[in-house]
Amino acid sequence: MHASATHAGDHAHEHPTWQTYTKIALILFALTALEVWSYDIVHRHSPAALAVALEPIVVEVLLLLSAVKFALVAMFYMHLKSDGKLLASIFSFSLLLAAVIVVGLMIIFSYLYHVHPTLNPLK
Amino acid sequence: MADTAHAHADDHHYTATGIDNRKLAIWTFIGSECMFFASLIGTYLVYKGRDVSGPMPHSTWLLKGVEQEQMLEIPLVTFGTALLLFSSFFVVLALNGAQRGNRKQLLGWLCATIFCGMFFVGMQVFEFTHFAHRGMGYTTNLFSSTFYTLTGFHGTHVTIGLIWLLSVLAVALRGKLPPEKSLNLEMAALYWHFVDVVWIVIFPVVYLIR
Amino acid sequence: MATTAIEQTPAHSVEATGLWSWITTVDHKRIGILYGATAFLFFLLGGIEALVIRLQLAQPNSTLVSPDTYNQLFTMHGTTMIFLGVMPLSAMYFNFLIPLQLGARDVAFPRLNAFSYWVFLLGGLLINVSWLFGAAPNGGWFGYANLTTKQFSPGMNIDFWTVGLQILGVASLAAAVNFFVTTVNLRAPGMKMMQMPMFVWMSFITQILLLLSFPIITVALVLLMIDRTFGTHFFVPSGGGDPILWQHLFWLFGHPEVYILILPSFGIVSEILPVFSRKPLFGYAAMVFSGVFIAFVGFGVWAHHMFATGMGPFADAFFSLATMIIAIPTGVKIFNWIGTMWGGRIEFKTAMLFAIGFLGMFIMGGLSGVMHASPPADLQQTDTYFIVAHFHYVLFGGAIFALTGGAYYWWPKMFGRMLDESLGKVHFWLMMIGFNLTFFPMHILGLNGMPRRVYTYSEESNFKLLNQLETLGSLILAVSFLVFMYNIWKTWRIKATAPADPWNGATLEWSIPSPPQVFNFPALPQVSTRDALWEMKRAAGGSVPEPQRVSGKGIHMPNPSFYPLVAAIGVTVTLGGFIGGSHLPVHIAGVAILLFGVYSWAFEPA
Repeated sequence: MHASATHAGDHAHEHPTWQTYTKIALILFALTALEVWSYDIVHRHSPAALAVALEPIVVEVLLLLSAVKFALVAMFYMHLKSDGKLLASIFSFSLLLAAVIVVGLMIIFSYLYHVHPTLNPLK
Repeated sequence: MADTAHAHADDHHYTATGIDNRKLAIWTFIGSECMFFASLIGTYLVYKGRDVSGPMPHSTWLLKGVEQEQMLEIPLVTFGTALLLFSSFFVVLALNGAQRGNRKQLLGWLCATIFCGMFFVGMQVFEFTHFAHRGMGYTTNLFSSTFYTLTGFHGTHVTIGLIWLLSVLAVALRGKLPPEKSLNLEMAALYWHFVDVVWIVIFPVVYLIR
Repeated sequence: MATTAIEQTPAHSVEATGLWSWITTVDHKRIGILYGATAFLFFLLGGIEALVIRLQLAQPNSTLVSPDTYNQLFTMHGTTMIFLGVMPLSAMYFNFLIPLQLGARDVAFPRLNAFSYWVFLLGGLLINVSWLFGAAPNGGWFGYANLTTKQFSPGMNIDFWTVGLQILGVASLAAAVNFFVTTVNLRAPGMKMMQMPMFVWMSFITQILLLLSFPIITVALVLLMIDRTFGTHFFVPSGGGDPILWQHLFWLFGHPEVYILILPSFGIVSEILPVFSRKPLFGYAAMVFSGVFIAFVGFGVWAHHMFATGMGPFADAFFSLATMIIAIPTGVKIFNWIGTMWGGRIEFKTAMLFAIGFLGMFIMGGLSGVMHASPPADLQQTDTYFIVAHFHYVLFGGAIFALTGGAYYWWPKMFGRMLDESLGKVHFWLMMIGFNLTFFPMHILGLNGMPRRVYTYSEESNFKLLNQLETLGSLILAVSFLVFMYNIWKTWRIKATAPADPWNGATLEWSIPSPPQVFNFPALPQVSTRDALWEMKRAAGGSVPEPQRVSGKGIHMPNPSFYPLVAAIGVTVTLGGFIGGSHLPVHIAGVAILLFGVYSWAFEPA
């Protein structure tokens, strides 16, 4: 079904191997465990010392962990690392715009609701 | 290069980039879907914390004057999340089997993928009905509406992915998925990974971040 | 999934005729014509809605139509012109031209292409069926919540609107994926991205905008539909919802949408001006990059539609600045168009008149647009006729002029007949006069305080004279379209004998017969420069011979298919089940039809 044109690209790059895929799966599992553990530390405030250190940055930590998971799935399972720039650009650009929209909405509404609530006619 | 390109141009698989049309199409669609989920997640975040009453994700709340536990149940969802992550792993193995013509590997891991996906959907259905019994209906408050809408749309995408994977499984069982046709599975797998990746974002944003 | 290119059976070597062949067509040229004809009819419908509006506004305290009918008229006029008029007219050109200009035989996914058309047709019919129920959408084309929530819009009007637009969104998204892949992957061997015709470039950027902006309005519409159907409070203040969220979500889509509306027209003008100036387009690279810049920054200006909502000084300043910045790349384009004509040998064919008219009218619309970009000025202008003037100058004076010019230009290629030039000039001048008479006074009326979306005005307001002039202008506009339709009818009756290249064109579509054969090119061209056909003519000593029709033996073309239409019906029925509340049996029937259509399509015998 594939003409030589489309297959040539595939074989020119190395495919991740069985072992790589398995390692990624284990890393993903471990990262998820870390995420839940972070939540748990802060939620139950125990161990107390760790909770005090973690609480101010827990949001950033969680977002970072999930970003790493996201990148691993995208680069290895979805093959973007070996597939070439065009597909990665399509995905990255969309993600960038998506992030801008989410952050933009949050900033605007945070301003409306918290910084200048008197501007909000609904109060 | 120019000569061979000319001879190949009418080859009905010729593409200017070397990437199959359908693979490019799936990625283009995935790019579009990023904006869809961004809008839903944005809505969730705008309304997060704006409820004055009703079920709360991470704190106790009052139902008819009686204090209730936080609505979200982390252990159950963590289990579902792990299943979905592993299903991405399994579908990669299935695709590997398809590309190498290893029928057992293809069928086995594809079934494993589908099982994990079905468990995930099952977990969500259980979670939703359980929440409903605990007093969180669709319209109860903003958290309930945004929660059900965001995770519900994600669950719908998972379900569509399952139907797609089941269709590919049916084709594979009939022996009609040789290595030359592995793109059919690859497309379904890419969609499946995307659905997983969206959950990788939703899970912390909804369940873990207070 | 079955492959897209299939062995050509003998039955297809002569182009099929008859209704069934059109219902099952997957040929981009036929689909383009279907889009064009359907869109033109919807455009006339939108025009009639406008005429009724103008007749109502011709007299103060007029009771020609009731206030509620008036609300339906301006809502449907806007919705129709945008989603059923300009967008599908652009789609006609995408469909017909993109494969030809790229040197390809069809789009990447011919059946998906047909699917998009059928979904568009069904969506457009569904939204207009509302008239028969006396319940046409009446909340404005932008459907602001919470006016459009169940409490304040209890009837089915808004349901028709949310459902209709979601259906149309499916059509647009499918087509955008199709044309994106086609442009990236099906360029003729040797044709680099920076050698594509400018129409293809502008269309390509448009597809990207569609892909990234339509999902946002889909979410907004879904949330509104859920509020109305299931009683959630996404936009209902009493439940904690914020109507402002609707506005943000809508305009996050809405602003890229206006670039979706105008970029294809920019592309059309960039094709016409060089040919009739006998000079290449001035500043090709700048035109590409300015288009990309406009599209990208266009995602950052949406709240300039919301200066009156009290966002605070930082937001106002940010969006004001971003909006003014967009004027720069737009200006670059305008100067490049002028630069294209400068020093050229201008041929004032009808298509060229419309392109030059576009330039003048779009500049005016752009200038009023920059005026709105200042929040303090906009507080005066917003919700007045000053805004109505602005967007009609860019959408009618801009898009419609360009799309009409494109019709005169590409008519011979599409139908093998030339439109009459004398009638064309009458059409142009009537349209120019009628258009300016209708919309210029709106600048004055707006600054004098006439609000938008009011069904009448008082005698004391002194709005009467200008309104009457505008109504007169709209009647002249109507006559201009009658002239156009007469031109079409009159020239249709002659045999199709137009030459392949009546205008000395620069791009590949002029290198094949008029109209093209099913397979487009006997042999796919090799390209290595911009303005590929001008280059071929230059290399051949000044001209190339008239291309002959040849047998298409051995060329693989896709088989026709009925299933895109089936799948389109499935989509329409599934979503249509949300009108007047959620009707489970209808949803189930729709999904069943959709699944049947999709599976049959996927497993169609090769």
